[in-house]
Amino acid sequence: MKTPVTLTLNGAERAAFADPGQNLLEFLRRGVGDLSPKYGCGQGTCGACTVRMNGQTVLSCLVLAEMAQGATIETAAGLATPAMHPLQTAFMDHFAAQCGYCTPGMLVSAKALLDRNATPTRDEVIEAISGNLCRCTGYEPIIAAILSVAQGRIRA
Amino acid sequence: MTTLETYATLAEAARAMAGGQSAAAYLGGGTIVMREVNAGTAPSRIVRTTDPVLSEIRLSGDTVSIGAGVTMAQVLAHRDLGFLHPVARLIGGPQVRNMGTVGGNLFAAHPYGDFAVALIALGARAHLVGQGARGVEDLMRDRSRPPLVAAVEFARPRQGTFGFLKVSRVKPKGVSVLSIAALIPRDGGRCRGVRVAYGAMGPAPMRGAGAERALEGQMFDAATIARAATQAAEGLDPPTDALATAWYRREVAGVHLRRLLERMERTP
Repeated sequence: MKTPVTLTLNGAERAAFADPGQNLLEFLRRGVGDLSPKYGCGQGTCGACTVRMNGQTVLSCLVLAEMAQGATIETAAGLATPAMHPLQTAFMDHFAAQCGYCTPGMLVSAKALLDRNATPTRDEVIEAISGNLCRCTGYEPIIAAILSVAQGRIRA
Repeated sequence: MTTLETYATLAEAARAMAGGQSAAAYLGGGTIVMREVNAGTAPSRIVRTTDPVLSEIRLSGDTVSIGAGVTMAQVLAHRDLGFLHPVARLIGGPQVRNMGTVGGNLFAAHPYGDFAVALIALGARAHLVGQGARGVEDLMRDRSRPPLVAAVEFARPRQGTFGFLKVSRVKPKGVSVLSIAALIPRDGGRCRGVRVAYGAMGPAPMRGAGAERALEGQMFDAATIARAATQAAEGLDPPTDALATAWYRREVAGVHLRRLLERMERTP
């Protein structure tokens, strides 16, 4: 039996029917059409499906869609409003996306870090993205991109 | 086909787990059960509860009680649980710490379960719904039919008597080659009531009898630590997996136990 689920996705109320056992990642992608979170491992290991649920980063493949009823969800698709978010610009400037599969998850984790700590150290950046695997770009450009946004804020 | 049943109280959830036409899995933070749901291997019924008692952290006198639904991130956000921060910080990545719970960690398969290792060293007891309390150590002996845990409770360790170490190949987020937790209370300079626990050194977190025997009643000094290190792996039968062989785990257990004990001895 399908269950109606209503949630706030990147500031807009969205509703769809969730299949039994459907995870939040599938619900976001198939149910409401946000394709930014990616399906990687389905085991909570890779972080490609990272979204924020009520402010906290979670692995959307490990959340039952029904449990997101009433929740506030933020994904990488919500970063550009409509102008590019500084993190997105920095990722481009630093070549921090090669195949791009990990990028939406990386961006969500990076945004969560900068929201609670505007000027993180390099170690804090590494810790913040430690739940997001990248298998091709390499972590250095990603770390540099996130740090560049933080340092831009110090100058500002 | 998986259906979700949500109950207002733990007692109702426990009744639903016991009854019903078909097998049920209890859903806590989701980091264990959802893997099975995604793989299509979960039972047809998923039971959860929104009981607020699960997320309570209570400190009264020397007793610490942590609800089974408390996440690793909530442990890290609690100032009075500072002695557990080095444990919670090394579990999963940020997202897993936002989801994974103290109760779920008790039933996480090898090589997970580092928080349970700490709880065993602390001598924690698990309050089971409708079944009284059992030592966490005892709970580890058979995890095939897990009871529903409401909270874990233990005496707060004295300053400098509790230590934790986790060895992983990938940092900062990596699973355990092994983990060690030690509670070493001192009385007149001698170790009294020592508890040493290991993770990833057996099918489930367990105590290290050899190390405990070497430490109990002795002065906490270099000679005692050296003796404990030589007996670190006594009686343990660690598994071979993708991270390390059983032989390697036995060989290095003493090295890492010595490092942990030396660190604890230096910082009383």
